[in-house]
Amino acid sequence: MTTRKLVVISSGLSTPSSSRQLADRLLADSASLLQERGVEVEAQVFELRDLAHDITNHLLMGFAPPKLQDALDAVASADGLIVVTPIFTTSYAGLFKSFIDVIDPQALTDLPVLIGATGGTPRHSLAIDYAIRPLFTYLHAIPVTTGVFAATSDWGGGGDGVRSLPDRIFRGATEFADLVGRTDRSALVGDPFALDRPMGHLLGGLAGE
Amino acid sequence: MQFGIFTVSDITQDPTTGRTPSEAERIQATLTIAKHAEEVGLDVFALGEHHNPPFWSSSPTTTLAYIAGQTSTLQLSTATTLITTNDPVKLAEDYAMLQHVSGGRADLMLGRGNTGPVYPWFGKDIRQGLPIAIESYELLHRLWREDVVDWEGKFRTPLQGFTATPRPLDGVPPFVWHGSIRTPEVAEQAAFYGDGFFANHIFWPAYHTQRMIALYRQRYEHHGHGTAAQAIVGLGGQVFMRKNSQDAVNEFRPYFDNAPVYGHGPSMEEFTQQTPLTVGSPQEVIDRTLGFRDYVGDYQRQMWLIDHAGLPLKTVLEQLDLLGEEVVPVLRCEFAKDRPADVPDAPTHASLVRAAYGDDAPRQATPNANRGDNLTLGSPYQDAPAPAATGSAFGPAATRKAVVR
Repeated sequence: MTTRKLVVISSGLSTPSSSRQLADRLLADSASLLQERGVEVEAQVFELRDLAHDITNHLLMGFAPPKLQDALDAVASADGLIVVTPIFTTSYAGLFKSFIDVIDPQALTDLPVLIGATGGTPRHSLAIDYAIRPLFTYLHAIPVTTGVFAATSDWGGGGDGVRSLPDRIFRGATEFADLVGRTDRSALVGDPFALDRPMGHLLGGLAGE
Repeated sequence: MQFGIFTVSDITQDPTTGRTPSEAERIQATLTIAKHAEEVGLDVFALGEHHNPPFWSSSPTTTLAYIAGQTSTLQLSTATTLITTNDPVKLAEDYAMLQHVSGGRADLMLGRGNTGPVYPWFGKDIRQGLPIAIESYELLHRLWREDVVDWEGKFRTPLQGFTATPRPLDGVPPFVWHGSIRTPEVAEQAAFYGDGFFANHIFWPAYHTQRMIALYRQRYEHHGHGTAAQAIVGLGGQVFMRKNSQDAVNEFRPYFDNAPVYGHGPSMEEFTQQTPLTVGSPQEVIDRTLGFRDYVGDYQRQMWLIDHAGLPLKTVLEQLDLLGEEVVPVLRCEFAKDRPADVPDAPTHASLVRAAYGDDAPRQATPNANRGDNLTLGSPYQDAPAPAATGSAFGPAATRKAVVR
């Protein structure tokens, strides 16, 4: 039976957080869609709140403390990534961006990504497409077409009357599961310490290596 | 095994007094520290290179030459010499000079430098740092080994019939270490030439160092300079000691918390756990240092950073006393235990001369009368350069001709 590794990053700051709640829903739908196709899912969930000090230390020092390194390794070797951030002042949370900033620029290449965001009102829902999606396209990841924005009203009865939040979650999860089911990315992860240019190539005048 | 100290030449406010030393004061303090390193029985003093405040060491060979004149056994090295922004021709000249005036007590460690603004001041681009380092060292390597060099590259004006003077002491170039934190290509470069590899070690977790040194050792063997265990490895370290461990912790904490690079970041407890920084008793330093061997193998040179972050001169001299009296004698003894006989010591001028000439007299380069150029009538010297070291494995891989390694 095939296994796919999913990593979930939630950048909510409160406990409990609606970002984590949305992340859990996105994971649950994605996992069950994959399981329906006979794909086993291994999921790891990271709350950036728990890593906030480590992320700051990484920004200052240039290396990751062990707990953060575990999260970075998990992301780099994932078959699919689910991210959820609250929208603060028209964009992703600063903590979320700081985490993205300490990821190796090559680590997300070809990685399917399902983007979620939360906010007080639906008027911020486009932040997914103007702020968050460009991060992942820049990093050569593959964000799926549907991003899922959950406003406060979505969690109660007064949400979107056309497509409910569960509908949108299911749609995003379907697109995501399609990509994850097809990737073999976790088998191909590169080693940052590997030498891919031996000295003959570096000097340019030598051949035969 | 060699033990020593290295300094980055920072001029930092003492956070406990609010006082910042002047350049003159800190330069004099460093000379005192270097001399005391020899007095307490350490083997090596290495000096950084910077071209921006708050650092003072812009001209390492000047400083090291003075220290050479004030000492008699101390090995003088750098940490690091910038192979990117310095002209390799000037490096060849400066370090050959230092070899001569120090009586063969000089080696050097090459690094690329990570201060972005410095590159354009010297007409270079930091994004080209690695290609510059590769090309410049290839030239430097030749300038020390060939009396007359024709050369053309991307990052420097071409040379036709150039001779770097003086020729290296006894016709033997200074030993070179290559320093890098996480660039596999630099480990490869060190391995390719059979040079030493130095892992800074101090701002980084052990697994970085372990991986880089494993790669260097493997490639050293691949390039035919010896077995992986015989590769020449140096490590950095950072210590602050008092007889009583808690006194060391209390005294060093304000310096840690306000230090350049890591200050205002992780706690001292986190940092000592995640990097080789050791703050405590001499015994704790001994135990920690001996542990390095577990993940890098038997190595040749251990250097410590003890004088940064605004620590006053008196404190630094006390650290040297503790290193010399309590730490290094035990380490010499312990590191010698179970060390395989075929693992070499760090190369010295004497050992390099012996390797090149055996029992024969070494070359004493003596020029012919000046013709004004090197392009006519063969060598500008009456004698010939030392034979190239044997044992390298470039053979079939080499397509260029007349390259001496």
